[in-house]
Amino acid sequence: MDSKIVIAKRVAELLHDGDVVNLGIGLPTMVANYIPEGMDVTFQSENGFLGLGPAPEKGNEDWELVNAGGMPSSIQPGGMYFDSATSFGIIRGGHVDATVLGAMEVDEKGSLANWKIPGKMVPGMGGAMDLVVGANVVIVAMVHTQKGAPKILKQCTLPLTAKEQVNLIVTEMAVIRVTQNGLVLEELGPEATVEEVQAATEAELIISPNLKRFGLE
Amino acid sequence: MINKIVSIEEAVDKVKEGMTIMVGGFLANGTPEDLIDALVKSNVKNLTLICNDTGFPEKGVGKMVVNKQFKKMIVSHVGTNPETANQMNSGETEVILTPQGTLAEKVRCGGYGLGGFLTPTGVGTEVENGKEKKVIDGKEYLLELPLRADVAIIKASIVDKKGNMIFSKTTKNFNPIMAMAADLVIVQADKIVEIGEIDPDQVMSSGIFVDYIVGGGK
Repeated sequence: MDSKIVIAKRVAELLHDGDVVNLGIGLPTMVANYIPEGMDVTFQSENGFLGLGPAPEKGNEDWELVNAGGMPSSIQPGGMYFDSATSFGIIRGGHVDATVLGAMEVDEKGSLANWKIPGKMVPGMGGAMDLVVGANVVIVAMVHTQKGAPKILKQCTLPLTAKEQVNLIVTEMAVIRVTQNGLVLEELGPEATVEEVQAATEAELIISPNLKRFGLE
Repeated sequence: MINKIVSIEEAVDKVKEGMTIMVGGFLANGTPEDLIDALVKSNVKNLTLICNDTGFPEKGVGKMVVNKQFKKMIVSHVGTNPETANQMNSGETEVILTPQGTLAEKVRCGGYGLGGFLTPTGVGTEVENGKEKKVIDGKEYLLELPLRADVAIIKASIVDKKGNMIFSKTTKNFNPIMAMAADLVIVQADKIVEIGEIDPDQVMSSGIFVDYIVGGGK
């Protein structure tokens, strides 16, 4: 299976019935496709609505209804539109149960960097800094390495998006929880070994006594 | 009664060199495109922009960026318009990247008469540089100050002749808060209706904030 699908499926299973969730652009958006049957999750879109639904069919796009990436979207029954100040009141106010976003780097304290590579690329933080500080659970969903180079580090080297806010890291190789004692390897991906995960991770991993495997069909 | 309906040319004539301008919209969704086009044509320069983002080179406020009309931009995201990065790197313009929620709240405070607010967003990042920190109940916050502008250009779907506004779907974004945070407010309407045609229960932002109305072509 494609590693992005493995990640999106595992993240979807971490959510709970009744959760309000904000999904970042890219891989995190795919999580919506794998919400288990019967589970009611309300997606928040920081550009201004609750009840984000799937992308419309080609030809049915409504350019007055877009997602936070500016692309045509849809709204579910029971949804609501609001302005940007209200949107971030919802986010900072703790009304979002979980946010799922990508990262360039995450470290063992749960700090993350995803908005700026000095001298190379400065897209801006958009809503990420508010989301990571405001959401009750912060899940980083990303491929484990950048072409083999570890992205899970002892300490981030890039400018931070937020300090010590990440709770869980989900990759195609592992589910890792950020704790007071450090990073705990809780689950292995469908094809990974403990040694492989550690080799692809700069930070030292604590192996959970209840280590499980996810992503098996 | 004051007639607020003016031509696009009359409206953009109010935007003068050196002014601070707020532009509604999120990645050009809810941006008054006709007013943007007219401002590109008027070629007014040295403006300071307050907007969620810098749009796209051919859509939204990005067209004014391409035309080099801003000496400074206060925005949350510039990744969809390469021209912004070019002008940042060449030093032609100054870009102050601001977290989106902080930007929205700064604008809201500007319109609500508040001297600022305390937010946990940005603590421990570059965003905290030069800002006062406060600890409330053991948690760190940054003091963020309000933003106001000389002029705001916003977009609404339905506007009555007093300027009462309805925004459709996700086009709302920064429009209603910017309507309250500028000395002069110009709204581009998809449709202009008579006073009384909009149920007061449905009005999303009041006409008392609006100085000029343009458009109504749809």
